[in-house]
Amino acid sequence: MDPIDLKKLDPDFKHRLARELGGEQIKKCFSCGVCSARCPIEKIEPEYNPRRIIRMILLGMEEELLKEEFLWHCSTCYTCQESCPQEVDFTEVIFVLRNMAVRKGLAPAGLGAARNLLDQQGRMYEIGDFENEKRKEMGLPEIKGNAKDYRELLKD
Amino acid sequence: MKYAFFLGCTVPVRNLNYELSARWVARELGLELVDLEDFQCCGFPLKSLNLLDSLVVAARNLALAEQAGLPVCTLCSACGGFLSEANSHLQHNHDLKSQVNDRLKVSGLEYKGTIQVKHFIRILYEEIGIERIRERITRPLYGFSFAPHYGCHYIKPARTAGGIDPVEDPKSLTELIEVTGAKALRYETLLDCCGGSVLGIKEDLANTLAGNKLSEVNRLGGNGLVLICPFCNVMFENQQKKIEKKLEQKLKVPVLYYSQLLGLALGTDPDTLGFKLNRIKDKEFLTGFERRD
Repeated sequence: MDPIDLKKLDPDFKHRLARELGGEQIKKCFSCGVCSARCPIEKIEPEYNPRRIIRMILLGMEEELLKEEFLWHCSTCYTCQESCPQEVDFTEVIFVLRNMAVRKGLAPAGLGAARNLLDQQGRMYEIGDFENEKRKEMGLPEIKGNAKDYRELLKD
Repeated sequence: MKYAFFLGCTVPVRNLNYELSARWVARELGLELVDLEDFQCCGFPLKSLNLLDSLVVAARNLALAEQAGLPVCTLCSACGGFLSEANSHLQHNHDLKSQVNDRLKVSGLEYKGTIQVKHFIRILYEEIGIERIRERITRPLYGFSFAPHYGCHYIKPARTAGGIDPVEDPKSLTELIEVTGAKALRYETLLDCCGGSVLGIKEDLANTLAGNKLSEVNRLGGNGLVLICPFCNVMFENQQKKIEKKLEQKLKVPVLYYSQLLGLALGTDPDTLGFKLNRIKDKEFLTGFERRD
């Protein structure tokens, strides 16, 4: 990693993150590193490093951080969050960072698929005649899946 | 005991064995599960994209259950975890609640915050209880052993999961397995995540995570890995062949749902519990078990 360019830092980043739902506790971190020590993803992929991500937030490295693909590698197991002595909800922080990346158009391509599916059918997997026929054969009730309101509900 | 039955996206399309066995077990134990026609996705898949949108979708489902006057029972741990989380946010944050309710107007719904959300397994453990289940066991699974997989969203975050289990030493599924007469294995990777959430973005990483657990369970022997979440099932059952290839190792770890295990011990047959749909079965367990009668 290159030396940090101080001119690029945004000291307000941590405050903005702390105003988002789930980001409130970020400034309490005292860098003990238990999040990183217990993270199952960091064990496999050292590039994903919760303690370093928190340092980047506190230093204000918004630009560098939000474009990192590793933000999308968290498995949301909540181990970091449950082990943090300062009650920093790091798993929630990851969701906040992802939301911020999406707003800036920095999220990896293809992630909008979930939203389109919900928009159209209200669920991730379609339930049509074929699926209902199979359900009927197994003695399970039909699913009508009324999702008429979703498009309106998810309108920007 | 009556609940609105929240199936979510995956179970009613891809895991009919879980749905069949859960419905059978519920009926047998006097737990009434009511299907609500308009239930859709819980909202969790939107959380990474837009937290507010995901809460609106969760609130839509919660409001439907409120209209029916019923608490919610989920089969999927991600659905259960996220609906509980949304419920907690909206119950404690009035501004957020009115913001969400503004958006719910297009669906003709209002979220009030009056009902609770519980995972099916938690209902078995807390409401029906180990002792009442014990009284109903007619074909104990003595001599068989299973590895419980709790997964993450069933017990965490502890703040909104209802404190069912200490996160570092969960007991509910272990005790539920043992009440069937089978032995529940304790093992090193017991608490590990399945990796399901990363599957869509980095498959190899997800497979490594799931592979660690499958390798250990395979080494231990036993009659299979017991699941309570369809998301975990995607990793351990659907991905197992690919994981075998990656690890260059034969695994063949049988994967089954807890409700299927309990159904057998309560006296019904594998077909009723949808075992035909399990891709990796322990045939010796299923036939050995039936021969006992």
